Amino acid sequence: SNPFEVKVNRQKFDVLGRKTKNDVGLPGVSRTKAIKKRTQTLLKEYKEREKTNVFKDKRFGEYNTKISPEEKMIRRFTLERQQNYGKKSIYNLNEDEELTHYGQSLAEIEKLNDIIDSDSDTEERGTLSAELTAAHFGGGGGLLRKKASSGQQDEEEEKPKSRKELLEEMIAKSKQEKQERQTRRENALELTEKLDKDWKEIQTLIVRKTPKSEKKDKEVEKPKPDEYDMIVRELGFEMKAKPSERMKTEEELAKEEQARLQKLEADRLRRMRGTDEQATKKKPSHISADDLADGFILDKDDRCLLSYKDGKMNIENEEEEEDKEEGEEGETEDENEEESEEESANEDEDAAADSHSDLESDLESEEDAAGNKEQKKQEISENESANVKKIDPNMEADKPELPYTFAAPESYETFKSLLAGRTIEQQLTILERIQKCNHPSLAVGNKAKLEKLFGFLLEYIGELATLDLPELRTIDKLVLPLCNLCQMFPEAASDSIKFILRDAAHDMEEVIEVRGRATLPGLDTLIYLKITSLLFPTSDFWHPVVTPAFIYMSQLLTKCRITTLQDVIKGLFICCLFLEYVSLSRRFVPELINFLLGVLHLSLPKKQAQGYTVVHPFALMGKNLELLLVCDKKDLESWQKQNLPLSIVSRLKEASRTETNHIRLSCLALCFDLIKKCAALYETLPSFHEIMHPVRVLLNQHVPVNEYPEQLQEWYHSALKELENKGKHYTPLICEKKKPVPLKQYTPKIVKVLEFGRKQAGSKKEQERKQLIQRHKRELKGAIREIRKDNQFLARQQLSEIMERDSARKRKVKELLGSLATQEGEWKAMKRKKGNN
Amino acid sequence: QLPTGLYKKVLVILHDSVLPYMNEPTLMIDFLTVAYGIGGAISLLALNGLFILIHQHNLEYPDFYKKLYSLLDPSIYHVKYRARFFHLADLFLSSSHLPAYLVAAFIKRLSRLALTAPPEALLMVIPFICNLFRRHPACKVLVHRPNGPEGMSEDPYIMEEEEPSESRALESSLWEIQSLQNHYHPDVARAAAVLNQSLSEMEDDISGLLDLSAYELFDKEVKKKAVDVPLEFEQIRGLFGKKNDIFAEHFALD
Repeated sequence: SNPFEVKVNRQKFDVLGRKTKNDVGLPGVSRTKAIKKRTQTLLKEYKEREKTNVFKDKRFGEYNTKISPEEKMIRRFTLERQQNYGKKSIYNLNEDEELTHYGQSLAEIEKLNDIIDSDSDTEERGTLSAELTAAHFGGGGGLLRKKASSGQQDEEEEKPKSRKELLEEMIAKSKQEKQERQTRRENALELTEKLDKDWKEIQTLIVRKTPKSEKKDKEVEKPKPDEYDMIVRELGFEMKAKPSERMKTEEELAKEEQARLQKLEADRLRRMRGTDEQATKKKPSHISADDLADGFILDKDDRCLLSYKDGKMNIENEEEEEDKEEGEEGETEDENEEESEEESANEDEDAAADSHSDLESDLESEEDAAGNKEQKKQEISENESANVKKIDPNMEADKPELPYTFAAPESYETFKSLLAGRTIEQQLTILERIQKCNHPSLAVGNKAKLEKLFGFLLEYIGELATLDLPELRTIDKLVLPLCNLCQMFPEAASDSIKFILRDAAHDMEEVIEVRGRATLPGLDTLIYLKITSLLFPTSDFWHPVVTPAFIYMSQLLTKCRITTLQDVIKGLFICCLFLEYVSLSRRFVPELINFLLGVLHLSLPKKQAQGYTVVHPFALMGKNLELLLVCDKKDLESWQKQNLPLSIVSRLKEASRTETNHIRLSCLALCFDLIKKCAALYETLPSFHEIMHPVRVLLNQHVPVNEYPEQLQEWYHSALKELENKGKHYTPLICEKKKPVPLKQYTPKIVKVLEFGRKQAGSKKEQERKQLIQRHKRELKGAIREIRKDNQFLARQQLSEIMERDSARKRKVKELLGSLATQEGEWKAMKRKKGNN
Repeated sequence: QLPTGLYKKVLVILHDSVLPYMNEPTLMIDFLTVAYGIGGAISLLALNGLFILIHQHNLEYPDFYKKLYSLLDPSIYHVKYRARFFHLADLFLSSSHLPAYLVAAFIKRLSRLALTAPPEALLMVIPFICNLFRRHPACKVLVHRPNGPEGMSEDPYIMEEEEPSESRALESSLWEIQSLQNHYHPDVARAAAVLNQSLSEMEDDISGLLDLSAYELFDKEVKKKAVDVPLEFEQIRGLFGKKNDIFAEHFALD
């Protein structure tokens, strides 16, 4: 357009890769556009501002875009007919309806025809244009042509042959030609097809004869390849021996593994501290102005951080401490890991050596296999096959029946039927095969299927645990595939475990609401809690699954009544779970100490307790005391430390008194051991002695040690020793000084720009908020600007109206004055005349 | 004189459906003082009626705070009337004219007892203690004693002492809260860590925390959405197959 109307926004700097929207503008064009729009909308409103009448367009379907024009016409026509039906019929005596052609009544046309026929003075012209009319109206009956031609005549009378008509003629001609060409091409195609068909028929006859001759020709043509050439080509095509990656030595493998474990451990520690993580997340790492932002970072941030303590500058204080901690823990961990690795290595060798000779190796070797994931699969199958042969020939017979591919079960019932009636090993292989057949890399839906499988497996384990005779051995083995699945789908696994926990907690809450107290849950829930500790890291500061599990267990220990020996065992199981959960993080669990104290209290004869109090759900006085009290001398003597079988929990064996007493003593031993472990765990807490005070009083003053068998006395003494040999050390607390707010610096803040025109800082939510605010601002500005322009437009409009009115008035005044003047003039002239006369 | 069940029933409704309609509420003084002296949950409940009498009817109760102090025992964190009790305790301790030793004794005793409390009570009592610190800045020595004696072998605070003034609470420090910074519940640990820093000026509103239930805590945690789920990396060998598994020592899979 006109270069004088273009406005160019000059750019200060050219930046490569930046798209600019507003570098060129057309102010004139946009202004006219705006004005036009305003005259169409605002001006209309303005003009109609005091008018209340509204023009309504009632034409049928005028603004309905859904109806096609033809249909619209038809509908309108029918409407009209409907409206007019009944009204006209009174006057139309014999004619029901009028026939029309192109909106003209036929009767009229006929009349017109007659008229034209009658004045046929221009017959020649009419015949001349017959071709044309034929082209236009596509021929038709003789009468029609006649009529049409006569119609045409009228037009042609006015203008002989317009440009339009010429053009139409040409178009008609070219169309005709085109059609002809098409027909020709079609003919040609048909012919070629026919030819092809014929050729095929003949070809079959020819082909049989030709090959031999051709081959001969070829052989003759091709000279024998030169030996040199052959060698050259061979050399060229020979597979070059590519250097493959060197096999790693055992040491290197071990080192890598160790590095991996160390990294994971470091991660775990970071999560355990929890607060640090958030702090580091929030704190943007300071980058100096000299930073090249080239990604080069020193392995460890070993700059001294400036901090303040007691008002003095304090350098590298916290870091040292942290390092120390890390160092210590890291070292111990490392040692452990090394040990375990050595062990596993040894065991592997053993297993390899013994698997075919040792009958005991059944269990061990499988455990080893689980330990080494790499070798697991082969070993399991080997071991299984080796062992199975020896142990059970029947199973041998069953084995080949297992199909190699399994569809992932869609419902729990199908899953159960898959595993029903199989041995543990078979169940494991089935699970493994399901996993392999439905690996997520193979098909799209497999991920969801395997995620479902995790839920089924979990449910299955729960069902196994709730049986009268809980199949704990099976569960023990099933945990391995569960763990593998969990490694594959952490989210789904966490969701399903959370679901189970939520159900359990919900049930308990309901029972409490209804009856005011709850009972400890069944073995399945306990197993689930244990599995949680196997699948997820329990040392995290916060974990989506573990933290709810913690709260749930705490509820179990504080809300549930302890009325039977089984309850005690369950409670102790949960205590063990608690200890295991916090074994690495050393977090403080008050409920644990409370419960152990309560359990110990149950073992005392009824008498007034002094120096300690127990809390809910235990009571110093009341029912269910002396649950763990053993008075029988014989039973006391015959007791041997035994591991508590978990199946007791779900079903009360009709045990003899002696057995029950033995179980009681075992519980006590477990309790002493747990206290010892607690003491070891919590010794670093500043108020360790206050926490353990009631337990210590109870152990020291109330437990009838001398009546206990020697083994139990040992447990007791080791627990007491652990409690008492901790040093008492109190240092007064000191608040952390508030860090002084640093002065604002003038170092430029350098941020990596990934994409132009977008602000990077802040989280996604923050960004969204900013964006919304920005958009709102922009809209507000735009709206204000529009309103202002509207007002300007209206003002202009009003001004022009006023001016128009004024000018009209002026004109009228002038006219009046003029007429008056002429009147005056005439009157004077008359006067003068009269005077003259 | 009454059976405990009846006592509880009467006392629960006394303050809002009996006392306001009596012509002479002071007649209840004897009943309430006796109930207050019984101890345990009944004392806690009697506190409410007594408060109304003290507040609106000019009742002079000798050694009220001493009695209140002796009411604090481990069960207060576990009983049903916890919310009610702490609501009243908050009222009683809101006066800024209380001596520092008394408030310090209360703080120390509450935090000592908190060592046996469930998480829902801890989430309430830690802000409660923080509020006490805000109202009585003289007690801040409990968390900040810059030039104190090093290496004490005992906590100077005497738990068994019934008289708050004799309990030597002001010489002590709040090691209990420091221990709670290691609590397993992340929110509790975070709340306890607040005392490490100097407190903000504004008081926390604890009315919402008073009757927090364990189930609510659980629900809140379960509903949190996690971005990613960290996994255990230690290889397992079975249900009890972790390293140094406590279960393997004491339980059998039979």
